[in-house]
Amino acid sequence: MEKFSTHTGVAMPLKRSNVDTDQIIPAVYLKRVTRDGFEDGLFAAWRNDPDFVLNKPEYSGATVLVAGPDFGTGSSREHAVWALQNYGFKAVISSRFADIFRGNSGKAGLVAAQVDEKVVQRIWDYLDEFPGATVTVDLESRTVTAGEGPDAIVDSFDIDDYTRWRLLEGLDDVGITLGHDDVIAAYENARPSWKPATQKA
Amino acid sequence: MGKTLAEKVWDEHVVRSAPGEPDLLYIDLHLIHEVTSPQAFDGLRLAGRQVRRPDLTLATEDHNVPTIDWDKPIADPVSKTQVDTLRRNAAEFGVRLHPLGDVEQGIVHVVGPQLGLTQPGMTIVCGDSHTSTHGAFGAIAFGIGTSEVEHVLATQTLMQAKPKTMAVTINGSLPPGVTAKDMVLTLITHTGTGGGQGYIVEYRGQAIEELSMEGRMTVCNMSIEWGAKAGLIAPDQTTFDYIEGKPEAPKGADWDAAVEHWKTLVTDDDAVFDAEIVLDASTMTPFVTWGTNPGQGVPLGGLVPTPSDFEEESDRIAAENALKYMGLEAGTPMRDVHVDTVFVGSCTNGRIEDLRLAAEIIKGHKVADGTRLLVVPGSVRVRLQAMEEGLDKVFIEAGAEWRGAGCSMCLGMNPDQLAVGERSASTSNRNFEGRQGKGGRTHLVSIPVAAATAVRGTLSSPADLVSVEV
Repeated sequence: MEKFSTHTGVAMPLKRSNVDTDQIIPAVYLKRVTRDGFEDGLFAAWRNDPDFVLNKPEYSGATVLVAGPDFGTGSSREHAVWALQNYGFKAVISSRFADIFRGNSGKAGLVAAQVDEKVVQRIWDYLDEFPGATVTVDLESRTVTAGEGPDAIVDSFDIDDYTRWRLLEGLDDVGITLGHDDVIAAYENARPSWKPATQKA
Repeated sequence: MGKTLAEKVWDEHVVRSAPGEPDLLYIDLHLIHEVTSPQAFDGLRLAGRQVRRPDLTLATEDHNVPTIDWDKPIADPVSKTQVDTLRRNAAEFGVRLHPLGDVEQGIVHVVGPQLGLTQPGMTIVCGDSHTSTHGAFGAIAFGIGTSEVEHVLATQTLMQAKPKTMAVTINGSLPPGVTAKDMVLTLITHTGTGGGQGYIVEYRGQAIEELSMEGRMTVCNMSIEWGAKAGLIAPDQTTFDYIEGKPEAPKGADWDAAVEHWKTLVTDDDAVFDAEIVLDASTMTPFVTWGTNPGQGVPLGGLVPTPSDFEEESDRIAAENALKYMGLEAGTPMRDVHVDTVFVGSCTNGRIEDLRLAAEIIKGHKVADGTRLLVVPGSVRVRLQAMEEGLDKVFIEAGAEWRGAGCSMCLGMNPDQLAVGERSASTSNRNFEGRQGKGGRTHLVSIPVAAATAVRGTLSSPADLVSVEV
């Protein structure tokens, strides 16, 4: 996984709550067997609308998504994270993420930055005034920054310590866990014999 | 201080715990299907890794599979590739697979319990958010993404921060004709889609204890729809009776040892939950959704809500958007809403008890003109059982389509989809925009409401049906 320390990019407002995984990428787009190529399905139902924010030229190079509360509810599909990443997004800012979406983001290397609802509103207001403006998501200092000078929006975001560390270091979870092979084996040896198996070991 | 059921099961599975790190949790059963696993197996191949415990892994094909002509090659080439990829991966890595055409094939969350692989006190994961279904047996069961699928394949463990615990206590008894589905839809409207976030929820109280295993699975299945990490129910005699004799259930002395342990899997009297919700089942009624998330629901006897009645601005905007998408006028009685398609099936309501109940209501009636009824068993076993009981004939005589097993119209990855503007009453779990097909409009309903709606062509309960001699 690529390391992530800080990112500054064009921020795109998505002024909706409960943007569920079927909105991020509908099920019919989940049939690929690779991790790439999912950008076509991103927000597929809304993409046909020329007024949809993703279609506006000022957001064509957007890399930071600023969304309403309960972003990523619904399915466990990591394809939702991949679709955002394949399109070019590096970070999503919201006041509340669904658990599985947040977990998947951390595993795949997309920063899910949880901020206070008021911060989302202030960034939206800022982007209304300056469409195409950039926002910085700094994982080192856990801050989001928009604008400059005395009116700049600078606020902290929540991300759990362990995910932050893994993203900063670009670490592979499986590799870390396999380092604990001895404790896993010891646990396995102590499992009750009546626990079910799908086939003979 | 005592422990909650969730804490007991969690603690039994902690392989490694370190300050500032998530727990390393052992996984007793890993269920796999064709949609969320291909990239995980690719990851193993790239790193030269094996599946650590094929004997704790089970795969089936459910999301993509057709429910008609399932004995012929899958027509959609992209779906076929995904299914073929699972078959190749299962063969290469030694994973037990129940493919299309196999008698044990079906929706992964129906297959696990009917094989007896789902048991109390286990940790169960799957790359599917409705894995919470298995919590009905007193297991900690939750959906994971593909990176985590790869992690479990390689290590049989997962790194997980310990969630908080919540009790949902449902007192009293459900009135006749009101089901587990109405109970959970009522709960989700009460909490909103994010109300359970960060919690493992234990459903308890008289109304929960009175549910069958099928009903308990329906409740736990929809835990994710109000954001909970997992939902579970303490195992009791109902649970043990359901498991006993199933193909993979413990036998003989193993059975006795297992039951002895399972009986300890209850929340201690002095345990403390981080949060609690209390509801009264005796006041519940048939419940349906009007909007585009499962928290936008109302009693069947109610009206399509007026957006300006919502206090929160975000709820108001969400309601306006939902009514526009759903093509509904505020103030319309829910019972006046015409339905084009009724879908009976899914991991929420696709088990034998569900089909029996649907058949009982529909027997002697005809599906209304202008409405179609799709009955999709959750698994091949459910299908065969239903046919043995003659339920298929009841549905076919009523004018319904009797289909093969799979996820089907719950998410429309196979050809079973709604057309633009088509309206469904669906026993599934999600009414998201486009969930059942692009532009499709979904009302989530219980089995009795689905069956009565098929007969009347508008959202209805069995009480609305004129009784027929059968």
